[in-house]
Amino acid sequence: MSKNVSGSKSFEWFTFLRLSKVLPTLLLCLLGFIFLIPVLWMLSLSLQTFQETIQNPLTLLPHSPQWGNYLQAFRDIPLLLYMGNTLTITVAVVVGSTFSAAFCAYAFARLHFRGRSLLFGMVLATLMLPPAVTLIPLYILFRDLHWINTFLPLTVPAFFGGGAFNIFLLRQFILTIPRELDEAALIDGASYWQIFLYLILPLSKPAMTVAAVMTTVATWNDFLGPLIYLNTPNHFTMALGLVSYSGNAGLYTNPQPQLLMAATVMMIAPIILLFIFAQRYIIQGIVTTGIKG
Amino acid sequence: MLQDTVKPVACEKPSPADGKQRRMRLTLQGREGVYGYLFASPVILGLLIFTVVPLFSAMYYSFTDYDLLTKANWVGFANYVRLWHDPLWYKSLSVTLLYALTSVPLGLIGSLGLALLLNREVIGVRFWRAVFYLPVVFPAAGASLIWLTMFNANNGLFNTILTFFHLPPYTWVSEPETALPSMIIFSLWGMGGSMLIWISGLRSIPTDLYDAARVDGANAWHQFWSVTLPMLSPVLLFNLIIGIISSLQIFTQAEIVTAGGPLHATFFIVLFIYQEAFQDFRMGYASAIAWMLFLLIALLTALVLRTSSNWVYYAGGDRNE
Repeated sequence: MSKNVSGSKSFEWFTFLRLSKVLPTLLLCLLGFIFLIPVLWMLSLSLQTFQETIQNPLTLLPHSPQWGNYLQAFRDIPLLLYMGNTLTITVAVVVGSTFSAAFCAYAFARLHFRGRSLLFGMVLATLMLPPAVTLIPLYILFRDLHWINTFLPLTVPAFFGGGAFNIFLLRQFILTIPRELDEAALIDGASYWQIFLYLILPLSKPAMTVAAVMTTVATWNDFLGPLIYLNTPNHFTMALGLVSYSGNAGLYTNPQPQLLMAATVMMIAPIILLFIFAQRYIIQGIVTTGIKG
Repeated sequence: MLQDTVKPVACEKPSPADGKQRRMRLTLQGREGVYGYLFASPVILGLLIFTVVPLFSAMYYSFTDYDLLTKANWVGFANYVRLWHDPLWYKSLSVTLLYALTSVPLGLIGSLGLALLLNREVIGVRFWRAVFYLPVVFPAAGASLIWLTMFNANNGLFNTILTFFHLPPYTWVSEPETALPSMIIFSLWGMGGSMLIWISGLRSIPTDLYDAARVDGANAWHQFWSVTLPMLSPVLLFNLIIGIISSLQIFTQAEIVTAGGPLHATFFIVLFIYQEAFQDFRMGYASAIAWMLFLLIALLTALVLRTSSNWVYYAGGDRNE
């Protein structure tokens, strides 16, 4: 009540403030809805009957949700097998790349050796190297090792440095750990190995979580790698299995749209759940590596 | 010079303890160096095995007719000569460049707009930020299948929406003229990645710059052009380079949604490489295309970096680490 006393000028100012907050919020709601349309459409389609999916004009919301579509899609494709394969690859890649990236990042952040900055520059330069260039020689290398149609081409490289992105992320983080801790440990007679294992590694847990989350998303979503290295359906990952279900690989012929979308929901669900719960780490990863360059 | 000659006598004769200390420091440094190489050894090996050697063997293969089965024969520049005369190469080069040159600027402008919106005090910032970033973590294979159904020209979602607003239906990915614009629209769904980087750039602009501008009588528009944009120019450089590199390598979306068609309207370079290498087994020719892609990316990145000194403003005079 007392606010009204201060006169008409401050009242205008007040409505302006409220308006300037309301308009952007409305705009955000509209844009956010537009960005969510594909996701909402996937959910709606996955619950429609086949009749609803083919009629014109199309059905925006299913008349009664067909939860049976999920069961049907689950029966149509060996989803658990694909999920198990994807999980095996992802776990191996995540463990390999986070630990080996921390290992190498420690060298770049703390240890002085000849050619360190040149080497670090080369590591960063690989971020710009298109994977398509090394694809063919790597395929030939893995074929000569008889690794085609195994998970090895997709997992073994992760143990060799864990990717430039992860090394950079962890190096930036280790640089923020006070050097006095290392020096005190050195004076107490700790070896570099012990410093890494008992000091740097436990303190780097936040950055390693970020690296692990980002690597999980990238590995789970990878399509080109599995497409090239995995040939038989019993080795397929979720992404590859889903696309083959859509009729691209000739294994299945044009599944009904609602079943394909139900399968898509089941394929993307783990990564979306991870995103919802680990969003903080993903955003932190982007922000540290993107800006503190 | 003078200082050298008048050094105190005591310093000219290093005491035995001094020498000992220096020797000890040397061995410590030596030990550190050895451990440095030891800890960096995974990435040294990884760089050699998975990057440097493949990079140069790709160059070697580009001078051969390797087909995975028979022995590779040296054919000199034959693959590059063939590339020079191959209309498909020019098609895929122009399609890829057109895609990159439209989707990157549109995505950067759009994502900057989103970042500016989210940088204000609006309700539910975290929620909206997550919504806009969701497409970036969304599995590309799944997203492509969804967009494929939405693009459907007969009863797809997009044409239904257009009809609802009494607009003429669009042919989307079913006609060569509209397939590339459709893929560009699809790419804009993923602008949340650069949005996040814009946001962190906006947060790092000191507020006293805006205060100073306001004191000088600058309105919101002037503030944007004279403070926000110059202060964001390093972020723009970063987003631009990341955008160019990734858009020139589009594969998954195109492979699933259009498979390069119709009539090669979306036949991006990586699709060309994939088709030559893994469907027709012309490893030599595919390697030549891959090297051209590498050169194209290097050239465009160098061009952007070279011109960047004219338009990137680093607060504090130099690039901060």
